Amino acid sequence: MHSRLLARYIFVVLIILTIWISFSISQAAKPTREKQAGGLAAWEKVYSVLISPRCLNCHTATNYPQQGDDRHHHFANVVRGPGDAGVPGLHCQSCHQERNADSTGVPGGPSWHLAPLSMQWQDTNDRPLSSAAVCSSVTDRSKNENMSGPELLKHHERADLVLWAWNPGRRPDGSLRSLPPISHQEFVTATRTWVEAGTPCPKGR
Amino acid sequence: MATFHLNINGSEKTVDVDPSTPLLWVLREELKLTGTKYGCGISACGACTVHVAGIATRSCVVPVELIGDRPIVTIEAIGKDPVGRAVQNAWIEKDVVQCGYCQSGQIMSAVALLKDTKKPTDKNIEESMGGNLCRCATYVRIREAIKRASQQLG
Amino acid sequence: MQPALKRENDLTLNRRSFLQVTTAAAGGLLVSLYLPRITSAQQPPAPKVYPPDAFIHIATDGKINITVNRLEFGQGVQTSLPMVLADELDADWSQVTAELAPAADVYKDPLFGMQMVGGSGSIAHSFQQYRELGAKTRAMLVAAAADRWQVAAKECRTENSVVYGPNNRSARYAELANDAARKSVPDKVALKSASEFRLIGKPVKRLDSPAKCDGSQKFGLDLDLPGMKIAVVAHPPVFGAKVKTVDDRDARALAGVRDVFEIPLEKGTGVAVVADRFWTAKRARDLLKIDWDLTGVERPDTAELRAKYKQLATTTGNVAATRGDEKALDSIPQTNRIVAEYEFPYLAHAPMEPLNATVNFQGDKAEAWVPSQFQTMDQMIIAQALGLKPDQVTFHTEFAGGGFGRRATTDSHVPKEAALIAKRFRDTPIKLIWTREDDVRGGYYRPMHAHRIEIGIGPDGLPSAWRHVIVGQSLLAGTPFAMMIKNGVDETAVEGTADTSYNIPNFHVSVHHPTVNVPVLWWRSVGHTHNAFVMETLIDELATRARIDPIAYRRKLLKTDAKKLHSVLDLLDQKSAWRKNLAAGRAVGISCHESFETAVACAVEVSIENKRPKIHRATVALNCGLAVNPLSVESQFQGGLGFGVLQLMAQGAITLKDGRVEQRNFDGYTPAYIIDAPMMVDVHIVPSTEPPTGCGEPPVPVISPAVVNALSMLTGKRYRTLPLVNV
Repeated sequence: MHSRLLARYIFVVLIILTIWISFSISQAAKPTREKQAGGLAAWEKVYSVLISPRCLNCHTATNYPQQGDDRHHHFANVVRGPGDAGVPGLHCQSCHQERNADSTGVPGGPSWHLAPLSMQWQDTNDRPLSSAAVCSSVTDRSKNENMSGPELLKHHERADLVLWAWNPGRRPDGSLRSLPPISHQEFVTATRTWVEAGTPCPKGR
Repeated sequence: MATFHLNINGSEKTVDVDPSTPLLWVLREELKLTGTKYGCGISACGACTVHVAGIATRSCVVPVELIGDRPIVTIEAIGKDPVGRAVQNAWIEKDVVQCGYCQSGQIMSAVALLKDTKKPTDKNIEESMGGNLCRCATYVRIREAIKRASQQLG
Repeated sequence: MQPALKRENDLTLNRRSFLQVTTAAAGGLLVSLYLPRITSAQQPPAPKVYPPDAFIHIATDGKINITVNRLEFGQGVQTSLPMVLADELDADWSQVTAELAPAADVYKDPLFGMQMVGGSGSIAHSFQQYRELGAKTRAMLVAAAADRWQVAAKECRTENSVVYGPNNRSARYAELANDAARKSVPDKVALKSASEFRLIGKPVKRLDSPAKCDGSQKFGLDLDLPGMKIAVVAHPPVFGAKVKTVDDRDARALAGVRDVFEIPLEKGTGVAVVADRFWTAKRARDLLKIDWDLTGVERPDTAELRAKYKQLATTTGNVAATRGDEKALDSIPQTNRIVAEYEFPYLAHAPMEPLNATVNFQGDKAEAWVPSQFQTMDQMIIAQALGLKPDQVTFHTEFAGGGFGRRATTDSHVPKEAALIAKRFRDTPIKLIWTREDDVRGGYYRPMHAHRIEIGIGPDGLPSAWRHVIVGQSLLAGTPFAMMIKNGVDETAVEGTADTSYNIPNFHVSVHHPTVNVPVLWWRSVGHTHNAFVMETLIDELATRARIDPIAYRRKLLKTDAKKLHSVLDLLDQKSAWRKNLAAGRAVGISCHESFETAVACAVEVSIENKRPKIHRATVALNCGLAVNPLSVESQFQGGLGFGVLQLMAQGAITLKDGRVEQRNFDGYTPAYIIDAPMMVDVHIVPSTEPPTGCGEPPVPVISPAVVNALSMLTGKRYRTLPLVNV
């Protein structure tokens, strides 16, 4: 009599175990809709930084950088040049040094230069590209210096010119340049969430 | 105030200035090298151009504390360089200058261009000289002189 | 720039004007300008005697130093006047050096009667003077040699700084100089004929070129004197405001700051900072916390002024020129009329060398170093500020990094600031520096203008009636030159229109001079800057409408006796055959204009690149009488065109909002860079032996209308508002 009850009990436990195991496996194996949604939401935070002036001013689609919060055409006719760092008589580093020069109002960072055209985040009319377009660009390894998700995260965490955006120095009139819309820490956290979600990109163009 | 050891035109010079002082004013007032000019103070005109570690640099916006040990060359010494000498000679041959105030900067930018690009095209000239302002507008002869210097340098 | 001289058809070329400077009893300054009209019936007044030894020094080593009675600020006078003298002197040009004269009576402009540079008059007014100086000195050297050799002067000849006598005798000028100096200066002397010129009329390279290429040329800003201090002034943000309170504790705390104090300005007050170094002074000034008192101070606003000027232009002003029938326009049908409204902004001169002046007050005398276009005035006003007489102020003329009129102000406000600061110290040279921001915001601009023109077109396509109203501040009002305003008309606002050489039968020009709280000043070519733009774009529009070639149209419309203008149109036609064969996307614009007695015609080849005009080529034909130094003339014209392009730059405007100038530096007020200026400029000079006329200003008025006329061909639009923001 007892052996029949035991067998049934073991059977139920085995079923539950199987269901639990397969559930766990499927959880680990691919993101759920929620994780996807979380990743996309995180991306929008990342995007808001990438198209803020401190970043966008050097991620142009043209042969010139921009400057200022109004993102006007950089003065003195500076141009991109063949190596994205200006031209021999007018190099980016003709003015921009390794650190901010607050006494004269010129921002600086290690190896100041324009982002290559493959990393343009605006169109040739100086308008920011859509979230989908920027995401597509940023995750395209043929355009982003072959960075994987984790490498993108490290880039956002540590790269000098990225960090500069949160320490952009003073303008010639002494006022502090405006910062991106979220803190660097939030930016990194958002990037991590997005990367862990598999760097999803919004649909559309 | 702080002490800085600068490598200027091949010699070491020691100055005691506020670290935020732009290199331009260190050159002009501490070292009495007034060939490098103040035109705007915001790097928009190029009158203050010197070479720092070989790069044409707008000294009005670079605080002396960011120079370090990078060698500096000013207009007073550029004539010792064959490209510098060729540019100055071409400038004289073509009678480029009018008031002359911007010309130290023009010459330093032109030298930087010619050291990199032996046979600059019109586009190269416009790009490299594009940020040097001349209110007398001697631009036509500046173009001619750069081409002449390029020719002379072979 | 020049105080306006009435142009009467019966005036000979040798007009004389006398500036009598008198000091009123109260220690003030009264300057009166007397302009006699010389008709053929009157005798020209006796020329002043200029002692050669004030102008020429022949050293024992053979070097000949010539003193130039002008500021050298790019126009090349430090080479061309010495050239003139050296030619008549038969000097060895390779031994000639030249320096700029300090302020002294003997160096006054022979026409204006004051020591100054302006009105494109350096060569025009001193050509004869320097020729005579050279010829007289030569005569004295010959006399000395003749004495020595006991021969007649006419048996001697001169060449390359040597006197040659009969029997193979020769003596160098250097050897003869002392004896020559003891000779009396001849009253009259024979001058060379044109065929004898060795330098005049030839392309001669500039004397100051090498120093300007190796950093050794010193400008006013480069001055370094023992014990010198640097001063900067905090000027009010609105013209005429006063300092209410100033907290200077942080400023004074900086090491190297010597003093901080309030000073009176022409209008209002400011705060001076004196320090050991410029950067210290500037930082200290930035640390000042100043509360400004703006009560009762008018706050000019560009938007308001534009509306006001536009309105004013619809009403008749003070009549500047009138001929024919005022009502002629009424009888012309609307279909044959053009109504055009033009607008021009304030313009800053922005010479490359920021404004500066150095003054050392020594109690019973003073010394000043100023890159000055107005030495007589500056010296007088420095003296007045220091409680001295002008001859107690030793005034040195420094080389200037450009000027364009900015370094000649009737109130000498920059040297005056320096003097007032120097007064607080003793035996301490004070170098006052205006930063670029001070300059861009400091006023003394080419005024804003509005024009409204109604033209009635005759059956032949030429204008038969022309009613023109101009609105703009008077440059002369409120200055010692105010008495030159006649019948409410300041000629400097209407020149180029009121005195047009176009033969328009029924012609009426009037002007309104509003009073605005913005100091204004002559800007290279003055009234011609806007008047030529209006005239030459309207003429072009008329020519297009009439389907007549723009050069042919102008030929038809010009008065037949406008000889210089006709000559340049002819030469331009000849030399710009290229304009008939253009690449796609390119168009040619034509303009012609006479100013300061020099006529200029211009053809430009333009395309549109990146929404801006790209000037590929400019061809210029000019008539300046005898071209004393054609190399210099060419550079003035190449440069003048590029200078004038500022009027077309998108950021070529000074604007005010609620009393404050909106621009601060070249990032907001942007002149032409190399990409904006013409890539090529070919200059052609009409051969002439007439007396030389000016070249500094005449190129400026022609470039903007020519470019815009080309743009109109490309876009079909007419451009009547400057700056050119949208092409």
